[in-house]
Amino acid sequence: MSRTTLVEAPEEVAAAAPVVRRRQRPARRWWRVVSPVVLILGWELAARTGLLATEKLPAPSDVLATGWRLSRDGTLGVHLLDSLTRAGAGLLIGGLLALVLGTVAGLLRLGDDLVDPPVQMARMLPHLGLVPLLIIWVGIGESLKISLVALGAFFPIYFNTYAGIRDIDERLVEAARTCGLGQAARLRHVVLPGALPSLFLGLRLAIGAAWLSLVVGEQVNAQTGIGFLMMEAREFSQTDVVVLGLLVYALLGLISDLALRVLERRMLTWRRGLRAT
Amino acid sequence: MASRTAGHLNGAEPVLTAHAVRRAFGPTVVLAGVDLTIARGEVVALLGGSGSGKSTLLRILAGLDGEASGTSVVHGTAAVVFQEHRLLPWKRVAENVGLGLSGADGPGRIRRALAEVGLAERDRAWPAELSGGQAQRVAVARALVREPDLLLLDEPFGALDALTRLRMQILLRRLRAEHGFAALLVTHDVEEALLLADRILLLDDGRIAAELPVDLGPTRTPDDPAFGALRRHLLDRLGVPTT
Repeated sequence: MSRTTLVEAPEEVAAAAPVVRRRQRPARRWWRVVSPVVLILGWELAARTGLLATEKLPAPSDVLATGWRLSRDGTLGVHLLDSLTRAGAGLLIGGLLALVLGTVAGLLRLGDDLVDPPVQMARMLPHLGLVPLLIIWVGIGESLKISLVALGAFFPIYFNTYAGIRDIDERLVEAARTCGLGQAARLRHVVLPGALPSLFLGLRLAIGAAWLSLVVGEQVNAQTGIGFLMMEAREFSQTDVVVLGLLVYALLGLISDLALRVLERRMLTWRRGLRAT
Repeated sequence: MASRTAGHLNGAEPVLTAHAVRRAFGPTVVLAGVDLTIARGEVVALLGGSGSGKSTLLRILAGLDGEASGTSVVHGTAAVVFQEHRLLPWKRVAENVGLGLSGADGPGRIRRALAEVGLAERDRAWPAELSGGQAQRVAVARALVREPDLLLLDEPFGALDALTRLRMQILLRRLRAEHGFAALLVTHDVEEALLLADRILLLDDGRIAAELPVDLGPTRTPDDPAFGALRRHLLDRLGVPTT
């Protein structure tokens, strides 16, 4: 009987036999490359034939050539390093603060009562809208950029730490208690690993927010950084450098996301088994 | 009446004594003063309908309920097996069994406990990779490895299919014969209580409403006429018509 259903309903076969589906997947995946490639080729063609004015949008090959030139003479490296330093410092400051406050609010009732309401209020402020106020407070130097990144990174990490701790199955904590685990051991063996998936999610969102904050921050009186590179190029109408800056920002986001995914897969191996069942 | 629930097996020092245990959730009184004594090596089944407070009582005896009144003392060590396996999903089977385990030869004890429940070769598996019955066996191993004087079992096989449940009951009987631990088995399954217990307590309306020694011998089967008579008697007490 099962054989007749196999013949009649091919979709069900795929669902019942993951082997079949997995074999189809690479072919499907290649299809997804087609439209971006066509778009880029079209862009290149339009720029080469003069359909697109090069001062508005240079050809992708020109952008790549500019990128090659700037990385060979070291300019790109210097600015990239400065941008990365700002992002790293901001992430570290905002992330650590969020981790501590989120843990306090997630674990302790008093912490929840004291910490959570002001954070919830502050969340409603769009942090990029704080730029004028931040300029008054910390000036237009490095601290502005780092404060912006820290603010951007704070909220996703705070909320996901809080939610990760709150979502831990109380029954598991109880079981750990019956195994004789004290408070510190329960934190280490139950709460921390239980909140880890949520922490990773928070970190990923925070990195996204950090790049975004950096883009905005670096357009305010920066002397170095990818944002500065772009602003300077705009003044000299070097559209290729502007587009290159955008490309670098995009690549930074992509690479950090990929790195985090790899780390996540390493540290959360146990979830793979969970997904398989 | 409940004060008569003293140990019957060897009359030795009890492994658990609880006195006047009361618990109310708001205006609802779930336990209205329960007295309970379990002798060393004695298996006591606590039977009752759903909502009769049997799981609440077990949680209090396990020290998991801070808001109950009365006294409850375990003389020795206790371990708990819950209805769900409650294994930590981020720890491998062996690490789950050894959770919070102290003392010498941890790995050896873990290995032996897993071997006893027939899962020696699954020590590296993640809990999510186990079947329901296997996971529950790991939970039993996690309790056994602590060599408890008293095993608190909260409907331990309630979530398993009928065949697995039968195998688990046989396993528990074997383990008990080998280790001689005392146990309090909370269940709503009359047959399970009759198969495993030396004594059955009926919990009704927040009190121990009846106490019944089970003198069926070590090798009991449901085919035994005495087993059937006891079963009918218990179901009758639980308000289930048997004819």
